[in-house]
Amino acid sequence: MDTLNLLVDGLQSALTLENLAYASIGVILGTFVGVLPGIGPAMAVALLLPVTFGLEPTQSMIMFAGIYYGGMYGGSTTSILLNTPGESASVMTAIEGNKMAKRGRAAQALATAAIGSFIAGTIGTLLVAFFTPSIAEQAVKIGAPSYFAIMLLAMVLVSSVLGASRLRGFIGLFLGLTIGLIGLDLSTAQPRLTAGSLELADGIDIVVVAVGVFAVGEALWTAAHLRRRPVDVIPVGRPFMGRGDWGRSWKPWLRGTALGFPFGAVPAGGAETPTFLSYVTERKLAGRDSEFGEGAIEGVAGPEAANNASAAGMFVPLLALGLPVTATAAVLLAAMQSYGIIPGPTLMADQPELVWTLLASLLIGNTLLLVINLPLAPLWARLLRIPRPQLYAGILFFAALGAYSVNQDPFDMAVLLVFGALGFAIRRFGIPVLPLILGVILGPLMEVKMREALDLSGGEVSGLFNEGLALFVYALVVLAIVVPIVLGRRAAPERVLEQEEVDR
Amino acid sequence: VTVVVGYIPDKFGDAALDAGIEEARRRSTGVVIVNATKGDALIDRRYLGEAGMTGLEQRLADLDLPHEVRQAMGSDVAEEILKVVRDSDAQVLVIGIRHRTPVGKMIMGSVAQQVLLDAPCPVLAVKPSP
Repeated sequence: MDTLNLLVDGLQSALTLENLAYASIGVILGTFVGVLPGIGPAMAVALLLPVTFGLEPTQSMIMFAGIYYGGMYGGSTTSILLNTPGESASVMTAIEGNKMAKRGRAAQALATAAIGSFIAGTIGTLLVAFFTPSIAEQAVKIGAPSYFAIMLLAMVLVSSVLGASRLRGFIGLFLGLTIGLIGLDLSTAQPRLTAGSLELADGIDIVVVAVGVFAVGEALWTAAHLRRRPVDVIPVGRPFMGRGDWGRSWKPWLRGTALGFPFGAVPAGGAETPTFLSYVTERKLAGRDSEFGEGAIEGVAGPEAANNASAAGMFVPLLALGLPVTATAAVLLAAMQSYGIIPGPTLMADQPELVWTLLASLLIGNTLLLVINLPLAPLWARLLRIPRPQLYAGILFFAALGAYSVNQDPFDMAVLLVFGALGFAIRRFGIPVLPLILGVILGPLMEVKMREALDLSGGEVSGLFNEGLALFVYALVVLAIVVPIVLGRRAAPERVLEQEEVDR
Repeated sequence: VTVVVGYIPDKFGDAALDAGIEEARRRSTGVVIVNATKGDALIDRRYLGEAGMTGLEQRLADLDLPHEVRQAMGSDVAEEILKVVRDSDAQVLVIGIRHRTPVGKMIMGSVAQQVLLDAPCPVLAVKPSP
């Protein structure tokens, strides 16, 4: 019961007035960005990174975790009321959720989404608390070659399994890796890809890349598609559920949690696959003469729970291995690095207070989400009336402010614009953001491990393959590349449908 | 040759619609109803959705009057209304007007004012009955 004690300690330190305030800010901000389509938690965290440099690391991590959970929740509101998912993880919620809303059951749909998110998030966070320490304990023993292999696996999975096209995924990944290479070589101090520029010799700050790609890129993209037909909104009161809705919801909540958590925890995770699986499962279990297709509450409860459980699952690889599996996790990792915290298996031992306070505040944030969101749903729906020019002007202001404040260097503003243009281009050509940002952030870490392994073996390439675990992981890498190709040939039609949704 | 009504789904729009229908009857001609949006927000309550459109069509169909509903989107709502006025060679344009504080007018601008000043035809400005 060691874990439980540590978690209670964490709860005690998270329950200070100050930390609670940061958790509330995070949750509200997260819901805000989750509700608005196009703006996600990754962008919000990237924008806030420079602003939080003045805070204690624990407090900013609490806030960021709140943003992450809040964003996951906020997306469901937009899905249900507008049929316009705020983020990709809410796509499946929109299918039944919007139909429920059209039949006048918006309040029940929102309630089952909120309560399901709460339950899944809480169970998920507890699972993180119980699993992470033992995984971290094992992970400390992992040598550099295996570590390198695991990172490679994460990159390959994220690039090839998720998203519409492997080619686009790998284009994103290699763009990211290239950006990560800019700067001085770690051990020989040779300038790489700097074009003789002194400013580039320090490398490009991850904050600037993230803000440029997420915020400026999205702003440019929106500016290019400024006028769109307004959509019909469904008026909503305070969410509530009847007894029948509870009875129909609780099983999908638990099944969704069980599906979502493992997917969140593995590098191929993301919330798209488990929400899709949960939806399919619920539809099958409901049978033919069910309400599915006309607004079944099970079709909202399951995917929403899966969504939040996978959001929690993401913390397992992040805290235990320093391995981000979602865009938001990648930005969180960058945040840790900017505080001088080394993410990885030693995190649990080095920063126990940070980790346990973070986990405890996730539980608190989840409760806050439920308390805040149930009564405030009508208010969140009003956010959707904000005109885009005003909204994105604000985002661009924060983006510029943030990028400048990292080093107080005007050169960063130019870099920001370049990455804004890149962000626009990848949206234009449908290149996924996750492999790119993972390449930027994980690339340099991966290089460190590779160098370590090669130094030990005196430069022999065999140094990368001299651990059993590494070989096993390489086998997985090969499988990750080959299996989708084989499956893709077999079940082509079904995949197309899934991919369209994932690609959003 | 017709009556154009600038319509939004609220009491101001309804007042304009009522006055426009009356005006069309008086002139024994038809109505063209225009509903415009800037299209720069996800939701615009002044833009008719599916339900709003069927409601409006239903109401007009009961009237036995030549009618047409147009929806427009552009950076300037007043200009979108005036375009319809010019297109349909309107005899008169009917709009609903409301109070605006000077500050509100400065920030939000006034579609009504711009329409009044730029319209090529007489404008009938009405208020909802109190």
